[in-house]
Amino acid sequence: MTSNLATDNPMDLLTETEVGEIEREIRHLPDRQSAAIDALKIVQAHRGWISDNSLAAIAQLLDMSIDELDGIATFYNLIYRQPVGEKVILFCDSVSCWLMDGEAVCEKLSKKLGIEFGQTSRDGKYTLLPVTCLGDCDHAPAMMIGDDLHHDLTTENLDEHLE
Amino acid sequence: MSSTPLTKNIVDQVRPTGFTRYEERGGYSAVRDTIGKVDPDAVLEIIKDANLRGRGGAGFPTGMKWSFVPKPNGQGHRYLVANADEMEPGTFKDRLLMEQDPHQLIEGMILSAYTITADTGYIFIRGEYHLAISRLREAIMQAEAAGYLGNHIQGSEFSFRLHVHVSAGRYICGEETALLNSLEGKRATPRTKPPFPQVSGLWGRPTIVNNVETLCNITHIVTYGAAWFRALGRGSDGGTKLFGASGRVKRPGCWELPMGTPIREIIEDCAGGMADGYQLKGFLPGGASTDFLTKDHLDVPMEYETIMQAGSRMGTGTMIILDDRACPIGMIANLEKFFARESCGFCTPCREGLPWVQQVLDKIDSGNGVMGDLDILERQGNFIGAIGNTHCAHAPGAMEPLVSGLKYFRDDFIEHIEQKTCRYSTNKGMR
Repeated sequence: MTSNLATDNPMDLLTETEVGEIEREIRHLPDRQSAAIDALKIVQAHRGWISDNSLAAIAQLLDMSIDELDGIATFYNLIYRQPVGEKVILFCDSVSCWLMDGEAVCEKLSKKLGIEFGQTSRDGKYTLLPVTCLGDCDHAPAMMIGDDLHHDLTTENLDEHLE
Repeated sequence: MSSTPLTKNIVDQVRPTGFTRYEERGGYSAVRDTIGKVDPDAVLEIIKDANLRGRGGAGFPTGMKWSFVPKPNGQGHRYLVANADEMEPGTFKDRLLMEQDPHQLIEGMILSAYTITADTGYIFIRGEYHLAISRLREAIMQAEAAGYLGNHIQGSEFSFRLHVHVSAGRYICGEETALLNSLEGKRATPRTKPPFPQVSGLWGRPTIVNNVETLCNITHIVTYGAAWFRALGRGSDGGTKLFGASGRVKRPGCWELPMGTPIREIIEDCAGGMADGYQLKGFLPGGASTDFLTKDHLDVPMEYETIMQAGSRMGTGTMIILDDRACPIGMIANLEKFFARESCGFCTPCREGLPWVQQVLDKIDSGNGVMGDLDILERQGNFIGAIGNTHCAHAPGAMEPLVSGLKYFRDDFIEHIEQKTCRYSTNKGMR
């Protein structure tokens, strides 16, 4: 999958800033591999997602195999191994939101954006993903748009939350 | 002395308690009076004597957990980890504590680390809690600047560095050994016990993992003593607890109340009873992985033992209310879909059993079930629900709402199968 890598030097694929931030994490850890999740998050913060090339470069920087790192990257739902939209919408599909008709809100959102869970809108603005309980159950249903929590959602007020 | 020590600094959800206000209200006096002045073993005795039990769900006595940490030999790191990975569906208490009064957690961690002689701490927090993350980071910097964190705290021999680790997702990270693997940068697969983390935890070193609310209690116990703490409870369990209610109640919310508060007071007084047009059908007392209880249990006090005797668990203490207009099979299917998705995949009964259970529930819910499906659910409930048949407590927890749901809502299951339809109009589809 990443056999056509053109470089032996991760610096060619990762920016100096990214490498610097990763090395800073490594400094207070007992070994380089322990920074795997931090490193994935750092690169994702800069690029939006983790491409095969990014993955290979991080693996090399951390002195671990690509497959081992991919096993970690694909385990965690907040690490994206596919490109995502400008903003990721994390819609809570857990029980308290379900009891408060969250699914009706989610269906409306899905129709409005023209996407299902796991897809990105055609204009590249939003990716819609399900998420485990956001810990805002007294204001269910809830979702996050990017870093912002939106709650007390109804099919009527949904539009206001999307700008 | 407050009867609501955990939330005494929380006035509203708009203005968090910052460093200055925290200190003005007596904050960090326990650190000043304890670190380097009181023997760590004496602090441990106070925590044991207070009978504080873990607030994250399992209810293990905190002092006893700490006492399993070997004596320091002056070599290598020793760790204290705050489990701030609040992800149990229906649970919304630790976020409140971290967002509104972050110094309370930090002071509790300093005192806890001193007691077990830990030199490094981590707050393992879920990635979605952006506000709590930024407030904790700011609070840590303030505590460092004031000399409450860092090297030689208050001029003593005790040093403690505290870091915030922002997680990358997955419910299983809340399991303490899965959390440790995740902190080490690995897949969050639970570890085999023994060895227990107290002896061999993070990077093989002695480690204590405690829930946020548990750690927030420490400062108050150290300040006011074990007897004061025990007296806060209305029954045999000491202290207060953040209880909550979500679902179709009039005022969903989270309240700090004495341990032993009857369920009826939480649902009827705090939450204002059921919303207009809805009736109580059942509830999960402490999150998704606790057994259903019904209106017959409203007078049970929220205490570890009494809830256990009633057939469920205290869990996180935040209740999820099932009303008479939501389909119980739909609710259980929603829960099992969640548990199936969040299985780490390490052991077969959980990885394969949970999706099977989910499919059978979906089949019944959509009107395609047969009576034999109930036997499959019962069998799975008893098999993967038994501690010891799976690698960790994930699948047994998942079976609690299923097995109890089969018991209390059996008529609904049979009606779905016989009528080949679901008569509940709402809540369809999001599974």
